[in-house]
Amino acid sequence: MEKNVALELKNITKTFGSVVANKDISLKVRKGEILSILGENGSGKTTLMNMVAGIYFPDSGQIFADGEEIVIASPKDAFQHKIGMIHQHFKLVDVFTAAENIVLGLEDEKGFDMPKYVEKIQKITAQYGFELDPYKKIYEMSVSEKQTVEIIKVLYRGADILILDEPTAVLTPQETVKLFKVLRNMREDGKAIIIITHKLHEVLSLSDNVAVLRKGEYIGTVKTAETNEAELTEMMVGKKISLNIERSAVEGGEDRLVVENISCINREGVKLLDNVSFSVRSGEILGIAGIAGSGQRELLEAIAGLQHLEEGKVIYHNPKTGEEEDLRDRTPLEIRQMGVRLAFVPEDRLGMGLVGNMDIVDNMMLRSYNKGQSLFLQRKAPKGLAEEIVDRLEVSTPSLATPVRRLSGGNVQKVLVGREIASSPTVLMAAYPVRGLDINSSYTIYNLLNEQKKSGVAVIFVGEDLDVLIELCDRIMVIGSGRITGIVDGRNTTKEEIGILMTKSDAACMQEGGEGENA
Amino acid sequence: MITTIIQRAVMQGTPLLFGSTGEILTEKAGHLNLGIPGIMYVGAISGVAGSFLYEQSFASPTMINPLLAVLIPFLCSIVGSVLMGLIYCFLTVTLRANQNVTGLALTTFGIGIGNFFGGSLIKLVNTDVPSIALSNTSNAFKTSLPFAEKLGWFGDIFLSYGFLVYLAIIVAVISSFILKKTRMGLHLRAVGESPETADAAGINVTKYKYLSTCIGSAIAGLGGLYYVMDYANGVWSNNGFGDRGWLSIALVIFSVWRPSLSILGSILFGFLYVIPTYIPNISVSAKKLFEMLPYVVTIVVLIITSVRNKKENQPPAALGLPYFREER
Repeated sequence: MEKNVALELKNITKTFGSVVANKDISLKVRKGEILSILGENGSGKTTLMNMVAGIYFPDSGQIFADGEEIVIASPKDAFQHKIGMIHQHFKLVDVFTAAENIVLGLEDEKGFDMPKYVEKIQKITAQYGFELDPYKKIYEMSVSEKQTVEIIKVLYRGADILILDEPTAVLTPQETVKLFKVLRNMREDGKAIIIITHKLHEVLSLSDNVAVLRKGEYIGTVKTAETNEAELTEMMVGKKISLNIERSAVEGGEDRLVVENISCINREGVKLLDNVSFSVRSGEILGIAGIAGSGQRELLEAIAGLQHLEEGKVIYHNPKTGEEEDLRDRTPLEIRQMGVRLAFVPEDRLGMGLVGNMDIVDNMMLRSYNKGQSLFLQRKAPKGLAEEIVDRLEVSTPSLATPVRRLSGGNVQKVLVGREIASSPTVLMAAYPVRGLDINSSYTIYNLLNEQKKSGVAVIFVGEDLDVLIELCDRIMVIGSGRITGIVDGRNTTKEEIGILMTKSDAACMQEGGEGENA
Repeated sequence: MITTIIQRAVMQGTPLLFGSTGEILTEKAGHLNLGIPGIMYVGAISGVAGSFLYEQSFASPTMINPLLAVLIPFLCSIVGSVLMGLIYCFLTVTLRANQNVTGLALTTFGIGIGNFFGGSLIKLVNTDVPSIALSNTSNAFKTSLPFAEKLGWFGDIFLSYGFLVYLAIIVAVISSFILKKTRMGLHLRAVGESPETADAAGINVTKYKYLSTCIGSAIAGLGGLYYVMDYANGVWSNNGFGDRGWLSIALVIFSVWRPSLSILGSILFGFLYVIPTYIPNISVSAKKLFEMLPYVVTIVVLIITSVRNKKENQPPAALGLPYFREER
């Protein structure tokens, strides 16, 4: 079968100020083909595709669709050329229904006839096997449903070229399988699909071709069938990196933090944590696995003094004095004044961890501002600390005075983890510390966690990648709908075992009314 | 007596209805226009200026054409308030200035303009009282249906007003319809809820923001015009407009961003405004307390909607936030 080129980019360049986001990139995708664009964080994948979708305009270069040169100055132009992009952060209006979101921005049809639109939407959902209620409001939907709305939105506009930006980042494994099935259906239908990703196994299982970007430059395109993980990794990072995460034996191993029967509810009265008990020992990494939103966040916040508990105790065993203290319902400041050295790397880095508009030095001071004796701020020590972190963790920043929100996700995370570790904690809690990070930065973080473990810190690591959890953690606690469904040994567990524990609680929860799912 | 109270309530409510309908349209596009009191003031003085010049161009009042006497101030008022809207738009949409600061500045500016030109006009006529009376124009504005008086209480309550009252209700109903039932309304609401979504969907965000703010300003300005020409019988005196601009903004919250609810809300606010006058032997301080009631009611509504936390009753999600596409 003859396959035509659906979309071709030639010598595309885009700069933001002095930063070159894309440099001289050329690639093409054919009809009935899935192309993966692979690259680390900040390699310019999303920027490149945003230019195709009309969000940005290239500084130079040409775009061809069906062999003809086109100019895409706005998202509308992109639609006209049958190009549709599903963004990583969904572009949906929360208070609108699915159908309203889908027809948003369309001008070509006369009148405004909702039932007619809904009919067309249902036709599309039936054709590709989606499940969707067109009258459901977006804010009542799960992430996967929202993604479905986004994809149908693009299909509704008759797109033949679909671009998906990190589509699986927010999905559970089952949902990912479903999505891939739909994408393969679309490929059979003759659509050209571009998927942006940094997950190698997805690339290998789904795509026909892989285009690799590194630091804004185009490295090359290879056929998926003729490549392997090692080659792709090398193209992506430029140097060979070890895939093995090191794990040392547990030393010490006395209880540092003992959580006893804690429960908490949210404003609607839904139980977010239900009778949770576990202990964290010194010199070990305790992994926490679970489907997103199962109570991981509340659990860490409960320990950090940010979550009110209905019942239970959080007992801290002070290694210096040997005393036991209950941290329940204390504020973070009180906890620190009690001499408990607790470090917390929250999931929401720029929301809870760092102040985006402040520079690295000032963010260091957030931990130490109240230590000063004089009326004025002492900037010297935090500045030294900032320099040390930038230097040791290879944070790439124009200067120490750059606001942290301008840094890329990985660098923000390094600054945050660096600061938390610098307080020489006895308990370190990290929620999704490698989310959105490229491979190199992820390993830097793993090494940092391991270092802490070796120096006797009790580390809690909330992760989503089961492979990483299994390789990194000494024990893995599985949480489902606010309940502990099992604690397994990281050295001799399997993905299947953890997967079963993760889903088990879900089923149990459904039988009890399923209220917890909305949390 | 009851019919009089209802009549007065409707008349009190009408400027608020214009103001809140205009503000709702603006807020639905994501712009919190705190300049509304100033814009209404400018709408009023523009109309007064137009009508003043028109009336003065004749030697005898009998030569005044009632149609033109309505049309000229009407158009002047719209031009004046749209200009104010444009200033607000240029600052907040194009230059992305802080909306609250811009709006408050515009209110101060608008009241200043009104008092300046109002004061100038008052000097021109050389009267003893610090006001201008445009009774001929006012009569034209207040013309009600000729058979209204023959219909008893029904005519008094429903048909006894000048055309601007009906226009206010029609505009509110049409706005409600557009927001709820049309593609344009869907797009406008999308701009206010999530401009990046609207932009990605191919909606011209800047165009919608400009249009809704300017049209909203024009509508709000008519509230000022109604106040002078109809409610105040064509008498302009500086600062006579009072706090009606702020009440309009309160009414937006009270009616949870629905122009149709705003119609009832405006009458209720108007009722609370006039009711102390009809209570015998009321003290001045009690009267002032009554004037606070609309604000109290608004706060109660805010508390109720916040507690219920229903997404549909919340302000547009992107209200007050500037939008810039290529931000990274």
